Amino acid sequence: MNRQLNRVSATIGAMFFALFVAVTTVQFFSADSLTNDPRNVRSVYDSYKTQRGAIFVGNQAVAYSAKSDDVYHYLRKYSSPMYSSVTGFFSFFQGATGLEATGNDYLTGKNSAQFFEQINALFSGNSVSGANLRLTIDPKAQAAAWNALGNKTGAVVAIEPKTGRILALVSKPSFDANWLAGHNGTISAEHYKHLLNAKSEPLINRAIGGDLYAPGSVFKIVVAAAAFESGKYTPLSRIPNPVRYQLPGTKTYVMNSTEGRCGVGSTVTIADALRLSCNVPFAQLGIALGQDAIRSQAEKFGFGQTLHVPLTVTPSTYPSGMDDAQTGLSAFGQFDDRVSPLQMALISATIANGGVAMQPNLIQSVQSSNFATLSTTTPSQLGTPISSKTASRLTKMMIAAVESGVSYNGKVPGVSTAGKTGTAQNGTGQPYTLWFTGFAPTKNPKVAVAVVVANGGGQGQSGRGNTLAAPIARAVMQAVLNR
Amino acid sequence: MANPPTASVAGLKPRIVRVVPRNRNIEALLLIFAVGINAFEIAQIQLAALQQLTSEFMIYWAPVSFAALVLHLTMRRRASNADPLILPIAMLLNGLGISMIYRLDLATVANHGAQLFAGKQVIWTLLAMIIAGAVLVYVPNHLFLRRYVFIAMFVGIGLLLTPMLPFIGRNINGAQLWIGIGAFTFQPGELAKIALTIFFAGYLVNRRESLAAVGRKVLGVQLPRARELGPILTIWVASLAVLVFQHDLGTSLLYFGLFLVMIYVATGRAIYVGVGLGMFVTGALIAAKIMSYVSGRVDAWLNPFDQANYDAVGGSYQLVQGIFGMAHGGVLGSGLGGGVPNLVPLAESDFIFASLGEEIGMIGLFAVLALYLLWVSRGLRIGYKHSDDFSRLLATGLSFVIALQVFIVIGGVTRVVPLTGLTTPLLAAGGSSLVSNWIIIALLLRISDSMRTKAKVAE
Repeated sequence: MNRQLNRVSATIGAMFFALFVAVTTVQFFSADSLTNDPRNVRSVYDSYKTQRGAIFVGNQAVAYSAKSDDVYHYLRKYSSPMYSSVTGFFSFFQGATGLEATGNDYLTGKNSAQFFEQINALFSGNSVSGANLRLTIDPKAQAAAWNALGNKTGAVVAIEPKTGRILALVSKPSFDANWLAGHNGTISAEHYKHLLNAKSEPLINRAIGGDLYAPGSVFKIVVAAAAFESGKYTPLSRIPNPVRYQLPGTKTYVMNSTEGRCGVGSTVTIADALRLSCNVPFAQLGIALGQDAIRSQAEKFGFGQTLHVPLTVTPSTYPSGMDDAQTGLSAFGQFDDRVSPLQMALISATIANGGVAMQPNLIQSVQSSNFATLSTTTPSQLGTPISSKTASRLTKMMIAAVESGVSYNGKVPGVSTAGKTGTAQNGTGQPYTLWFTGFAPTKNPKVAVAVVVANGGGQGQSGRGNTLAAPIARAVMQAVLNR
Repeated sequence: MANPPTASVAGLKPRIVRVVPRNRNIEALLLIFAVGINAFEIAQIQLAALQQLTSEFMIYWAPVSFAALVLHLTMRRRASNADPLILPIAMLLNGLGISMIYRLDLATVANHGAQLFAGKQVIWTLLAMIIAGAVLVYVPNHLFLRRYVFIAMFVGIGLLLTPMLPFIGRNINGAQLWIGIGAFTFQPGELAKIALTIFFAGYLVNRRESLAAVGRKVLGVQLPRARELGPILTIWVASLAVLVFQHDLGTSLLYFGLFLVMIYVATGRAIYVGVGLGMFVTGALIAAKIMSYVSGRVDAWLNPFDQANYDAVGGSYQLVQGIFGMAHGGVLGSGLGGGVPNLVPLAESDFIFASLGEEIGMIGLFAVLALYLLWVSRGLRIGYKHSDDFSRLLATGLSFVIALQVFIVIGGVTRVVPLTGLTTPLLAAGGSSLVSNWIIIALLLRISDSMRTKAKVAE
């Protein structure tokens, strides 16, 4: 019988060997890919077990984890809806958005900066505490933007031109992230559904391109930049100045918003056309430059690229394959031009910084749970979309637009201010999209800003960028400069 | 130890000196380790989940440990030469099971659930250990079982069939494997495996000569005589009946595999294994074609991560969640109380191996598998060393049925074979399984004791 028993033993040995191999495969060889499967919610559970890092604006924790007496150990709390467009939310049931999502590796202690803590944790069995994020946000500027936007739908982005530090980032309407951070899944799901279905779309981050907007006249800055960079034009180059201009190959006429000439005379300078925000000269200039030149300039400014600040910014777009008529419309920010407020603020910041674009950034530094600094973000250049000469020409033109043009409401009292308004049409009967972008002071600029007010600011087609968007920008710039 | 010299003096009754063999002392030492490790497990779970030790600790540790002591003392008197490793291994596995079930209960309580299992598991363990003690006390010699071979057959088949009876048969999670009266449910198939092993051992020892006899030669293969195929056909039909009517591939495979191995060990004729496997695979393939239940299980096994299988009712969700848990545990595991094994449906019973994998890691699962392997090998050791063929066959059968059950159920959880509804011996929550496995333990102890005693007599 022993021969049979040997074979049975060998069979049992083979069966157990298969089990050992299977266990090793699951728990060692494919463990990483299985852990990363989106259907595996254990990583989320894990993130609840370690104390998630806090997000600081100034000395205030705007998002933090407080001890709770349930299985989740910690409850995520948010100080104010004012910061929801920056922090996003962290929900056990609905996932995470904003910095809670893009900064997750820091907040959960999984980033490379905490390598030694992680090694230590592996042997001690303690978990790594999440790192804290210190933001570049200026609480005064953020509050100014929040208050000035009021009940309007829109967004504000303010950037420090020299460093790319984002000083304010507001999107309205906003939401209370505490609504989603609760530990009752049913309530959290109800809140989420409510926010998702709300007509005002509070979950959309309008500042970074959750929605893109028709830029209207603020896009003329890009066209003027393309003109100067081409070497064929100066601010004093003159362009025909009819009351109306028939787009080539169509029966459509373009008119200025005044429905008259742009200033006086049969020709007008590019500088005056920008100061008075005239459509007729820019339509002609755009066609003369050609869509490729405009697109190339727009792309140098950042169109078509996904920025990570580290929130992901939806790329702004300038259309392609247009005929001359469409190119003419696109040259004053109509047709299919679509931009994000952050992109617009970046353009102003680039002009303010002498033509050098700095990488926009929200994270000032990363600190361990005991506030030792792990890393500090050093400013980095994105590129040089325009020469310093073009930058100073555009600056002068934007100063004129505020000081003696149609963008006067952006003027910060007592401070030399550069700016440009925009009032974009969105089709027959649709409310306008209102813009302002600019910077101050014009010498040694401290803040560049872009404001968008969607849905006509509640005034349908009667609101203007200068009346509704420019005052908001002014308030934000004032808040930064008066500190 | 020599008897005192007075014993040899004529006219005086020799004084009976009890000699406790070394085996029991080894067992005592190992038992201390086993119950000690169990104590650590429960303490770690309480500290992880409740941040403190509570008096509940005693509920889940003391009674079972005390029962182990009683069982050990019983064996000192009644089975003093029995194998010293089997009881400590069983205590370690059973204790680990209770710890894990208690840990899952704590998660249930934290999530405001009501279905708790650990208390029941302790009671069932105590009952099972009492039954095991009773077997040791009232079965002083297992050879008498040979007299009841055909009774064992009827009992075994009867137990297998009872779940199909009206009124008391219960269908739980799609498998018709339970009987129930009120809230009390029992899986008679678990006990059937003991009865059938006894039957196979007795029957095969009696008929091994005729079964081994050579029949006709077809295509160069010596076939058994046609009439000897009768029992194989009977068992084959019974196994497929379990598959078809009780919806359980695992149970079906378990009995058929057990039978094939035992007939092979008894006769030494590999042809039985070949023909038997061929018949079973053919039957199972036909069943898979006809019954959506089987093909669904197979598809969920082959493509568990496929979203359609994952979302399907009775699909691969549970399997995938179990694998996620194990993967998340990784090599070292999250530590007892540190993971979320409660995410997997039936984490305390069918998926207790995955639950353990998440918390004690690959290293811990290796230890669990090694314990099973050691348990099985102690049983096979009896098969090798015993002088009596019935005992050898019985010990081999009991050991193999454990090995095969471990393979089918753990292989199901780790995707070696399709998932089935068998229980993980000694670990999983469930009374029937505990009772039957403790009876197997008692029988193995009894047989191993007779082996040593016999050897002594022969000296």
